[in-house]
Amino acid sequence: MAVISPPDVAPDLEPAADRAPRRIAFRQRLGKWDVKLSPYLYISPFFLLFAIVGLFPLGYTAWVSLHEWHLIGGKGDFIGFENYSTVLHAAFFWTALRNTFSIFLLSAVPQVFLGLVLAALLDANLRAKTFWRMGVLLPYVVAPVAVGLIFSKMFADQSGLINTLIGHLGIDPIRWHADVLASHFAIATMVNFRWTGYTTLILLAAMQAVPRDLYEASVIDGASRIRQFFSITIPMLRPTIIFVVITSTIGGLQIFDEPKMFDQYGQGGADRQWMTVTMYLYELGWGSQKSFGRAAAVAWILFLIIIVIGLVNFSITRRISSAGSTAGRKSR
Amino acid sequence: MSSVAMIEQTAGKGAARAAARKRKRNAGGAGANHRPGWVTYTILGVVLLISAYPLYYSFLLGTSDAQTIAQNPVPSLVPAGHFFDNMRRVLESDIQFWKALSNSVIVASLTSLSVVIFSTLAGFSFSKLRFKGRNALLVFVIATMAVPTQLGIVPLFIVMAELNWTGKLVAVIVPAMVTAFGVFWMTQYLEEALPYELIEAARIDGCSMIRTFWHVALPAARPAAAMLALFTFVGSWTNFFWPFIVLGSSNPTLPVAVQLLQASYFKDYSLILAGVTLSTIPLILVFAVAGKHLVSGIMQGAVKG
Repeated sequence: MAVISPPDVAPDLEPAADRAPRRIAFRQRLGKWDVKLSPYLYISPFFLLFAIVGLFPLGYTAWVSLHEWHLIGGKGDFIGFENYSTVLHAAFFWTALRNTFSIFLLSAVPQVFLGLVLAALLDANLRAKTFWRMGVLLPYVVAPVAVGLIFSKMFADQSGLINTLIGHLGIDPIRWHADVLASHFAIATMVNFRWTGYTTLILLAAMQAVPRDLYEASVIDGASRIRQFFSITIPMLRPTIIFVVITSTIGGLQIFDEPKMFDQYGQGGADRQWMTVTMYLYELGWGSQKSFGRAAAVAWILFLIIIVIGLVNFSITRRISSAGSTAGRKSR
Repeated sequence: MSSVAMIEQTAGKGAARAAARKRKRNAGGAGANHRPGWVTYTILGVVLLISAYPLYYSFLLGTSDAQTIAQNPVPSLVPAGHFFDNMRRVLESDIQFWKALSNSVIVASLTSLSVVIFSTLAGFSFSKLRFKGRNALLVFVIATMAVPTQLGIVPLFIVMAELNWTGKLVAVIVPAMVTAFGVFWMTQYLEEALPYELIEAARIDGCSMIRTFWHVALPAARPAAAMLALFTFVGSWTNFFWPFIVLGSSNPTLPVAVQLLQASYFKDYSLILAGVTLSTIPLILVFAVAGKHLVSGIMQGAVKG
């Protein structure tokens, strides 16, 4: 009757089996560590790099901004918030802030509207779909510096293409490089030129993900194309619109390349009428002042502004589009 | 498709053709069961003109000369004959065009390569391996996309100066070696494209983790990796702010060099825009070959993101 091993023998056997072939045990342990550590090892490059070139500099910016700090001379005395008060009392800072917001609004708002309209056009049973989509995306591969140079010539005050064309329509030449708003419009045009296609494709992709039976149901209810667009498409695109607005905020408030290229001096015009905050940051740090402390203060202020605007953006877009969707629901 | 083929077998060719037609018609856009009319095409045509004309304008002025440009604000639609002349002047100017071109090629290629490798590695880990804190870490990666890292340039510059990297290409390459976007993108893709069975099979065959990655995950990731490389390449090629600050005019990339043209030859737009055209041509060629992958890349990213 000793055929089936009794349960009390088992614990004796197990360690023996584990001990027996040493090599395999070692290998298994290695394999175990491989399984345990590899996942962390594989994601570590991103986290290491982000810590070194993303997180650390942002934190260190705050530290630099509390010191006298020269581009070449290096760190000086701790001066508390003096850099901030200097910057906040500088007229150019407020000019730069005004310009940045003006350019941002002139580019972000039309871009979303144009993007929606173009996406609606492309979201049809077109012939040569890919061709049209590539067509709107073409400007995306042109460097902002190149766009800036091309458009600053097109928007030249004297003998420029745009002024000549609007002259044919009977409009007086606009002083694109002298007037504040005109220069902002010209720079926003560069941004829109390069990014509208990109935005359009993102919105188009979201439109194509809208369930088709919603449209079919609305047709039965007698909705027109326009009505469909406002009562179905826009509400369904809510998350995508929020995404587009937030990314364009983050990028748009840091704008540098296009306004830098708008004339040959790159300082934002005689009265700094199109100097942006990032240009001001550059001028403080690498221009005549060479004050890293003040540049860091500007960077930190802009950082806070971007975060606040991002949150405000988020709540506004959310409210607008959810209002749209409830309106859509009520009408059913 | 397969059902059309089945109709062809069971009910004959004519019925299959009718079914295919019907299917095509139903596959349309926003309630658009019919093809759009000429109005749509006209508007799109105008949009296409607007997106292409500035480039052509740049080329036209690049073929012209300073005097003609000053006299004719609206360039004639036919290119003039001075392009090679202007090109020669760009190449001979002190902006070091060839050096800038090779710098741009080096930076863009190395950045793309490294972004693809590290992002795929991280994407493989996030999508297919189980480990503690995975979800939290992934959320962190996504959140970092919203951080305006460009604002850290002051300390970044100080670090580069400490390392003696200012003016060297490493200063541009290293900070761009892996991106949150890339990690997120590859995670999304591998989640769907890489079946667990394949990984298990490789593991049972005795592959270590890294060999499993190399022989199973990397091949499966190829389409998304190609798109990621493309986006990184374009982004790197057109990047200006950081290279401008850290490299300066002695060792420029193309955008930095082109910007120098404006500073030194601002009176001669034929020269500047010839330089702009030259610096843009490589990416236009890339776009002509791979533009449709850029399009589908943006659209896929949008649906997932």
